[in-house]
Amino acid sequence: MAEVRALVPGAASGPALVLSAPLSFWGGVDPTDGRIIDRRHPQAGERVTGIVLVMPSGRGSSSSSSVLAETIRAGTGPVAIVLAEPDGILALGALVASKLYGTTVPVVVVVDDRTYRSITKGDEIEIRGGDRPEVRRQP
Amino acid sequence: MAVRLVDRDRAMLGGAQGEAARLAMEIVVAMAESVGAERLVDIASGHIDGALYHGKVSLDFAERLVAGGGRVRVPTTLNVGSLDLLHPGLYRGDEDTARAGRRLMELYAEMGCRPTWTCAPYQKDARPAFGEHVAWAESNAIVFANSVLGARTDRYGDFIDICAAITGRAPYAGLHLDENRRGEILFRVSGLPGRLLGADVLYPVLGHLVGLESGTLVPVIDGLPAGTSEDRLKALSAAAASSGSVGLFHAVGVTPEAPTLEAALQGAEAVRTIEVTMERIARARDSLSTATEGDLDAVSVGTPHFSVSEFEQLVGQLDGARVADGVAFYVSTGRSVLAEAESRGWIEVCERAGVTIVADTCTYVTPILRSDARVVMTNSGKWAYYAPGNLDVQVVFGSLAECVRSAVEGKVWRDPEVWADG
Repeated sequence: MAEVRALVPGAASGPALVLSAPLSFWGGVDPTDGRIIDRRHPQAGERVTGIVLVMPSGRGSSSSSSVLAETIRAGTGPVAIVLAEPDGILALGALVASKLYGTTVPVVVVVDDRTYRSITKGDEIEIRGGDRPEVRRQP
Repeated sequence: MAVRLVDRDRAMLGGAQGEAARLAMEIVVAMAESVGAERLVDIASGHIDGALYHGKVSLDFAERLVAGGGRVRVPTTLNVGSLDLLHPGLYRGDEDTARAGRRLMELYAEMGCRPTWTCAPYQKDARPAFGEHVAWAESNAIVFANSVLGARTDRYGDFIDICAAITGRAPYAGLHLDENRRGEILFRVSGLPGRLLGADVLYPVLGHLVGLESGTLVPVIDGLPAGTSEDRLKALSAAAASSGSVGLFHAVGVTPEAPTLEAALQGAEAVRTIEVTMERIARARDSLSTATEGDLDAVSVGTPHFSVSEFEQLVGQLDGARVADGVAFYVSTGRSVLAEAESRGWIEVCERAGVTIVADTCTYVTPILRSDARVVMTNSGKWAYYAPGNLDVQVVFGSLAECVRSAVEGKVWRDPEVWADG
């Protein structure tokens, strides 16, 4: 259990997909099927659909806000995003999707680096909202 | 942490200025909270990237704002859209996307944004003053406004750009603040040959290198010639914002917040210093190309949009020659520059030479190139960075002169002189 900072508050749970490098949604994710299409990315070919996306930070183009929001609209996006560093561009995409479609994809920053690094692919992650948001992990 | 709001912010949040302003203020405040801003700041202008179509969400958001009476409160320019409205025949994509792209462009114009449709508004349409707070989107425009003009914008993008323009407010954080504008990583270029420092082709490569090495640090470049042109600083800005997340750089003796190295560093020490050697710059140059020789299908220049002086240069280099059959040569530019180039007779010269002018959009964000184009040459570090992924083409990076002669000969031509050491 780790205390987190919620950029977009909310509750969600799902299996973790851990990315070893930052991902730009624009040019990096195909919103029609949620697949990672950036060929330079170490997890290229994986899908971000229905999972808790765990990555160090966002990267690159600010159009990533739109592409993340489009995946949420189309149901191909992650159910939550867990970051090691705050990222306004991803927070904005999730925020706008929640305003437009009522689907909340929480975006949280795990402040404690050790906790962040302990998350591995397939761990069941639960994100709790409220005044003291938390990330819980069940390997 | 709660953001400190003033009465008119709270009134807007309460819906006093209509539904669109309420939603826009909610988003500005949520962003301010997420970046840890203590308060909001008035902005003098906006530049909007949100009118480029990324899917139905782009339209849903703009429709919601227009339906809620959304109007910009500050002078606002528009970045490229998905279509060239002046030359609609250039578009090779599907009809549905074209219709959605056009509708999105109309919606942003309806909100009172100026239909400038350019990624380089600073060339003619909008020149924020030194020290002025603005909310600009589009990475190259952000770097140019911050670095070359000394205006202050954080790295805004889709959604927040129009929300800031509608509310006239932005989170007072990031590059709006003095302390975040301090130079941190130093690039020394004085070891490069003088001839290379005087060549346009260096600047996108240098920007590419600066972007790759800077991470989240603010770069300072020491050793650029005084009076380095805006075209060169534009190419540097665009490349640095593509390979990295640069939002501001200082060039000692060139950009306004860097009269001296000490001023650029705000009196502190650089966190890291990089000597830009010939070897290092050559490596950065090579990483911009995925092909080096062979038959050429197309050339694309004007990313960011061509300036009047770049048109003048191109016309001089074409020098009456014609682009080879089978090669498409695209120049992307904005309407204001196009009008001036037209009035000088340069567009006619370009078209006679077989050059196609693209306005309002750009060749790497929308289908304009033939889908069977395989090898494309460019003088843009930004285009070279994004096109292989976006368009599935091989890219050859070179100078404008190399692009022109290659287009005329129909195959990649290299000038051995440009990169010669010493």
